[in-house]
Amino acid sequence: MTITDPSAFGGQPSGEDDPSVRLPLIEGAGENFTTVTEAVASIAEIPVERTNRAWIICFAISLSLLGMLGLLILHLITTGVGVWGNNNPAYWGWPIVNFVFWVGIGHAGTLISAILFLTRQNWRTGVNRAAEAMTIFAVVCAGMFPGIHIGRVWVAYWLFPLPNQMAMWPNFRSPLLWDVFAVSTYASVSLLFWYMGMVPDLATFRDRAVNNTRRVAYGIFSLGWTGSSRHWHVYERAYLLLAALATPLVLSVHSVVSFDFAVSQLPGWHTTIFPPYFVAGAIFSGFAMVLTLMIPARQFFGLKHIITMRHIDVMCRILMATGLMVGYAYSIEFFVAWYGGVQYESFAFVNRAFGNYWWAYWIMVSCNVLIPQVFWSKKLRGNLWVVMIVSITTNIGMWFERFVIAVTSLTRDFVPSSWGYFSPTWVDITMFIGSFGLFFTLFLLFLRFLPVVAIAEVKTVLPQAHAHGDGHGESHSAGGSAAAPASRHDA
Amino acid sequence: MTTFHFPRWTNHFKLLIPAGALGGVLYAIVFVWIGFSPKTLAVGYAPEQPIPYSHALHAGELGIDCRYCHNTVEDAAHAAIPPTATCMNCHTNIRPDSPKLAALRESWKSGDPVEWVRVHDLADYAYFNHSAHVRRGVSCVSCHGRVDQMEVVSQQEPLSMGWCLECHRNPDPHLRPLDQITNLGWEPPAEGVDPATLFYTPEEIHPRETCSTCHR
Repeated sequence: MTITDPSAFGGQPSGEDDPSVRLPLIEGAGENFTTVTEAVASIAEIPVERTNRAWIICFAISLSLLGMLGLLILHLITTGVGVWGNNNPAYWGWPIVNFVFWVGIGHAGTLISAILFLTRQNWRTGVNRAAEAMTIFAVVCAGMFPGIHIGRVWVAYWLFPLPNQMAMWPNFRSPLLWDVFAVSTYASVSLLFWYMGMVPDLATFRDRAVNNTRRVAYGIFSLGWTGSSRHWHVYERAYLLLAALATPLVLSVHSVVSFDFAVSQLPGWHTTIFPPYFVAGAIFSGFAMVLTLMIPARQFFGLKHIITMRHIDVMCRILMATGLMVGYAYSIEFFVAWYGGVQYESFAFVNRAFGNYWWAYWIMVSCNVLIPQVFWSKKLRGNLWVVMIVSITTNIGMWFERFVIAVTSLTRDFVPSSWGYFSPTWVDITMFIGSFGLFFTLFLLFLRFLPVVAIAEVKTVLPQAHAHGDGHGESHSAGGSAAAPASRHDA
Repeated sequence: MTTFHFPRWTNHFKLLIPAGALGGVLYAIVFVWIGFSPKTLAVGYAPEQPIPYSHALHAGELGIDCRYCHNTVEDAAHAAIPPTATCMNCHTNIRPDSPKLAALRESWKSGDPVEWVRVHDLADYAYFNHSAHVRRGVSCVSCHGRVDQMEVVSQQEPLSMGWCLECHRNPDPHLRPLDQITNLGWEPPAEGVDPATLFYTPEEIHPRETCSTCHR
């Protein structure tokens, strides 16, 4: 993107600690357009026989889990949804929990790529591509669960309002139908956004291709991109438009997902705080997943200078901020339950914290509210082991949040005669594990074959892209030589 | 190695992309709408039966009432398929040696029923009750067509849910006096049916349309 904040690169830094000077987003001396391309493209260009061993091991595990998931789905379809623990009164068991969990994770990508793009947060360039990919793969996992939850998958098309011989339509007043539209819109816009952003980089891959397969494959997917000014002009306008389109979706999708619960009358679900609370939680879990994925990826693929400690630091801060929002929502729920004075509502929340599922509730609170507080410390934000652990516990906590919401309310509604206790079966558990197989298989393939970093965008935040005085009105007659590291802090 | 670009002539196909996307959606809609419909899948189904029994001969030409063979239709959900004994009431004496009746004689001798092939096969999750319809003035012909003119019985109506609902929402055209139920050729008088002759008038009948009416 050429739309960057020139001041980000102005001035001669007096030292790392000078807060008036922004440090370059790409670290290391001697980085230029060529080295960035080389660093990213070489990941996908390693010959098969020299593939990173860690990648092969991870891929083998993921693919096995994916195979297991396939067999489990076959078992589910041929036997019926009774293989799950879902039963009266908890008809919404793990499948819906897993669905909300994955959709939530799928929020960071579009937030990073769309909202941070519109707000000119240049640091996004290092991580946006991988985060968008993560979004799409998470939405794939999410979409799977309601798809198989309907039981009779061969009539899955009933989810859509298609004219049919039954004179039957989905219930347009039901948030479950809104969900179908919200999630499918989100999936298609995210996919389009991700793919369109990738076109220039795919063209770079095509141009560097060493054999015919790569040449033709990347050639087809780069849609004839030549890098002409006209292409860039159209591309940037389209990207801006898509970003503007995708921005409301970041907020709307999880709001609609929260309606699945909030529109019903069940105590513990029927609350107006749900949409913002769910969106904050989604961004929280999404950033946690980005961290979980990016820390090993930058380590293994030598991208430490592009996905820098600063990125990790910023994302840790976002993680903590959204974690605090989620914590605020937890406490407000309790306050309203007390302040509202409705006995069922009060009971629902006391039951959450001290009822049958107290352990799930306190796992949720510790993982989502207490543990992220370590990020107040700059030192801990810089410790990758700590960051890794917190990002993983965050996603554990967010899974338990959805479990607590779905299951505690369903098993303790108004009438004690319809109370129950939900226990998952082995199919529930293995299917959830299998969904990680699906997710990581897709993500690892992405790491191996597609540009993991937005090469073209990263170049725009290199100092060389701002050689002409960077808004200080000075001009360098020599121009911004792409290969001149000396121009890094020019002013 | 030269880079791969799309040749210039591929530009002609650019319009195909949006056309394909739009067409794909339209295709899916039409495919479900028409392709999945029993109008396409089931109407006209006329399986070969073990005995070439002609409804046109028995019910049409000879004028045997439907209820002579399908005797439970007024009292039960299921309209009975007649046992071999019902056929033998007549065929002990009438054309007892016809080669067409070999399977019937075989069944009569062995005691095993004739394996008739079901023509009108509703889905198992739809609970249809013949007596509820027949006893209120809906004729056989409304769902089965002019069986009295069929050499080989075939399905005439789609029996789809939308088709059921059409009548449940507007039953008037299908109501007739109870004594004309099995008269498949009956036409309503030109001045309209006299409500006094009906068991239920259109105002009274109120066929239900809730899910649990048929899906219990």
